[in-house]
Amino acid sequence: MHELSVCQGMLRQVAAIASEHQASGVESITVRVGPLSGIEPELLAQAFPLASAGTVAEKAALIVESLPVRVRCRSCGAESESTPNRLLCGQCGDYQTQLLSGDEMLLASMELTT
Amino acid sequence: MCDTCGCNITPGNKHLVQTDGKLARTQDGKTAVTVLKSLLSENDHQAAHNREHLDRQGVLAINLMSSPGAGKTTLLEATIDALGGDYKFAVIEGDLETENDAERIRARGIPAVQITTGNACHLDAHMVHEALHQLSLDGLDILFIENVGNLVCPASFDLGQHRNVTLLSIPEGDDKPAKYPVIFRAADVLVLTKTDLLPVLNDFDPDKAERHLRALASQVPVLRASARKDTGLDGWLAWLRAERDAHRHRLAQGETLRPAIQPDGSRLHALTEEPAQHGHRHTHHTAKDA
Repeated sequence: MHELSVCQGMLRQVAAIASEHQASGVESITVRVGPLSGIEPELLAQAFPLASAGTVAEKAALIVESLPVRVRCRSCGAESESTPNRLLCGQCGDYQTQLLSGDEMLLASMELTT
Repeated sequence: MCDTCGCNITPGNKHLVQTDGKLARTQDGKTAVTVLKSLLSENDHQAAHNREHLDRQGVLAINLMSSPGAGKTTLLEATIDALGGDYKFAVIEGDLETENDAERIRARGIPAVQITTGNACHLDAHMVHEALHQLSLDGLDILFIENVGNLVCPASFDLGQHRNVTLLSIPEGDDKPAKYPVIFRAADVLVLTKTDLLPVLNDFDPDKAERHLRALASQVPVLRASARKDTGLDGWLAWLRAERDAHRHRLAQGETLRPAIQPDGSRLHALTEEPAQHGHRHTHHTAKDA
């Protein structure tokens, strides 16, 4: 339910970048979200029309790219796909892993009408 | 990030927002812009500012997160009773409504600012910034920020704190870290609260709770506390003392600390901004106007 706040924050960034380019509108906004970011792509998509109404991004398409959860093991070095509540090494089962992907909440790119 | 002064444009990303940079004109005359910054850049910028301000005053800021009723305020009361003679504390309380928690803290002679969020399910860096203006940080050792009781949303927002504490009370069940991985992964320490209830609620297995936490690749300490019974607070109090000393030491070296909430994946894939030094200056209150 905090997706609306996230969406509003994102749109302020979008507006700043659009104005930097003297853009008349925003065609599309691409974001990358991982399951460990705490952001639910569907809720973000639902919040978007509400948050964008009356902004430069009003007519923009929101493209949400979901990223997988991946970890690298600090013990055996293996890289493996994982699930949000089980970030153990897929090879040796060790819990001393580093997250490679899965907690992103990135404004990746935008397409502007200039 | 602020919208007006352009301070979001850093040497690291400037090339992207200039028309001759990493921007491609598409065939239909549209401009594609690569951004690769956090969706919460604006919040993160404010959080960095808060942290810088706290660091200048030598204050360690600790964010407490848990479900409603896990015992955050009670733990703070017990902490004040135990360490109030040695340390100077202040508290920022977050709830949807009421001053109840701030009043409980003030009743112990500790300054407290209540943030009532209305319907917002979490605190953000801007709310904390406003609250900081109502507090004197002079001579303060530790600022506690008690987040809105919620095991989901608070985990996504950096407030400018140095450490995250996640509480799990015995009545909630030992599988909460498996059910709410984001907030437990963000913890710098997990505190099991209301441990005096363990003999009654014996289906809670503290070792199992720890195993669920380890499955999140977390190596942080798991402490047990019972504030009501005034027993078993030793681990928590020792952790606090050690953190406060370590923070003073870090500041003396010109370093600071960000909590585990900082996303690894984002760090690998995003454009990084220069930390802290963003040259944003404004006047903060002093003790006299607090």
